[in-house]
Amino acid sequence: MSEHEYKPKSKVGQWFNDRLPLLTLANHLTDYPTPKNLNYWWTFGGILTFCLITQIVTGLTLAMHYIAHADMAFESVEHIMRDVNYGWLIRYIHANGASMFFLAVYIHIFRSLFYGSYKSPREIIWILGIIIYLLMMAAAFMGYVLPWGQMSFWGATVITNLFSAIPLVGEGIVTWLWGGYSVDNPTLTRFFTLHYLIPFLILGLVVLHIWALHVPGNNNPVGIDIKKPSKDTVPFHPYIVIKDGFALLMFMIVFAFFVFYSPNILGHADNYIEANPMVTPAHIVPEWYLLPFYAILRSVPDKLLGVVAMLSAILILAVLPWLDTSKIRSAVFRPLYRQFYWILVADVLILGYVGAMPAEGLYLLIARVATAYYFLHFLVILPVLGFKEKTIPIPLSITEPVLGGNPNLAMAKQKESKIE
Amino acid sequence: MKTFIKFCSILGFILCIFSHSIAADKVDYLKTDWSFKGLFGKFDRGSLQRGYQVYTEVCAACHSMKYLSYRNLSEKGGPEFSVEQAKAIAASFEVVDGPNADGEMFTRPAKLSDKFVMPYENEKAAQAANGGAYPPDMSVLVKARGGGVDYIYSLLQGYETAPAGMILDEGVHYNKYMYGNKIKMSAPLSDGIIEYRDGTTASVEQMSKDVTTFLMWAAEPHLEARHRMGFKAIIYLIILTTLVYFSMKKIWSRVESEV
Repeated sequence: MSEHEYKPKSKVGQWFNDRLPLLTLANHLTDYPTPKNLNYWWTFGGILTFCLITQIVTGLTLAMHYIAHADMAFESVEHIMRDVNYGWLIRYIHANGASMFFLAVYIHIFRSLFYGSYKSPREIIWILGIIIYLLMMAAAFMGYVLPWGQMSFWGATVITNLFSAIPLVGEGIVTWLWGGYSVDNPTLTRFFTLHYLIPFLILGLVVLHIWALHVPGNNNPVGIDIKKPSKDTVPFHPYIVIKDGFALLMFMIVFAFFVFYSPNILGHADNYIEANPMVTPAHIVPEWYLLPFYAILRSVPDKLLGVVAMLSAILILAVLPWLDTSKIRSAVFRPLYRQFYWILVADVLILGYVGAMPAEGLYLLIARVATAYYFLHFLVILPVLGFKEKTIPIPLSITEPVLGGNPNLAMAKQKESKIE
Repeated sequence: MKTFIKFCSILGFILCIFSHSIAADKVDYLKTDWSFKGLFGKFDRGSLQRGYQVYTEVCAACHSMKYLSYRNLSEKGGPEFSVEQAKAIAASFEVVDGPNADGEMFTRPAKLSDKFVMPYENEKAAQAANGGAYPPDMSVLVKARGGGVDYIYSLLQGYETAPAGMILDEGVHYNKYMYGNKIKMSAPLSDGIIEYRDGTTASVEQMSKDVTTFLMWAAEPHLEARHRMGFKAIIYLIILTTLVYFSMKKIWSRVESEV
């Protein structure tokens, strides 16, 4: 790679860079050779970085005004909404920012699934990503508890109670998590502490995630290895910077629409009722981004097995690089996988939908079928597909499909029709 | 690019359906034209002032509004009473203050900085006075109910005689829009129960609309500022996005790839 030859122009620059090679790093980041055929699905990495920084900055500001105490938390949130200058703006950005963060991360994950970005040599990037995703869920869940509304309290009660499913030590663990015999002030203060800590852990992991990415370089829609730098690549700056910037601005328009015009649509009305341990809400539902896993949890009749199924649904992703036996990365050249991919997308959306509905009758049946299919996809379909599927011949370089007319898809379609 | 936009809009659509299906039970609420909805939505000052009158003369007998202060009544984007009017309103309430230099608690007329005086000392007292049901605090009531303003507006007009065969306990009333149709609050409004200072006819429909508007403001006091800023922010973002789009086109024209 080019950064080894990098030498700052000025004497001072050289002196500094010999002692701390920050300028080499900056040079590496600007020159970083990126495949030139990256489509807009690849812009979500940058968007996610933006989301993380936004959450940290707004979160720090909120923490200056928020009071982590069971008797005062709800009131302090109202204080932020009413009396803190632009407090309503900061809080709505933070609350909707969580949803935007998950929207972007789901697109990011499903992009990886479609183009096989998790495959060798990018397994470590993928596993780091799964850890980040798990931490995001933990941070989001604990953040939702902080306003101390009805959904906060009862959501916390339901989720922490899951640990009681563990044989022998379960009950003890739950008491330990709560810091008492029910969700109460000690629970709130520790959730606040952890909610404050986790984003910085995520930030550290994001650095590793990007570091690991910069070793093999980006995957691309064609999914082939490319020479770097070459005719197939462009330097990160200005090409990718401006493209990411453009996509980020589009994303911000959607974000702004939620913040300014329907700031509460993604939340639950019950969370504007102060927590009351004596009154259980009619339906306890988590935030939308956790619904598919909630559906999996509830579709298993046994409590312990339900928890195991829910955790496996996430952890199974960590071993995905070894479950997918196909050597071809991009779904563009995998006609069968492409169909199963979209079925999986539909399956997850269905799980999300039934997760929001009461677990009874037809909803429960659908949830069970969808859960079974989810595991079937990863444990049976993917491994078998690698051996059985007849893939489309892949091009030798990115330039080939580009010169053939439209990038990627047109070329693939053309080849596809030849096979048929 | 096109498929990307298409996919995003589909995704947004699904997201909206999701949130709607979660938020609203399938009830047809009474509809009215709320002036505060939409991109430029603003409160109707007259309606807010009348709404405050309904709240203070009817609702406040049982419902507290503990997160609001009297100063809010004269703040921009609210009912916008003059500061003098708000002071006079505050002064008509007594608050307990103290202890004074002798260590005694004392009562004094409320000031602008005081929170709205609560009708009951505490939640238990409120329950005891209302047959065991706690009249919920109204500060964020609109946001705390699935149907929002439409729900409150409908509920106030939803009192009917119970259908035949439905047995109601003592002190329980039938309401078409209430969850489970049983409500402890008796119909709070009736035609002419109050006399509007601005001469508007105090019909149940009119009072429901006014008080709901007032409750919306109470729950979202910065709604007008939010709408104003939102419009500016989105216009700014659209212009910037357009500029960046053309810069991107220009930069990428150096390589023979499409963006």
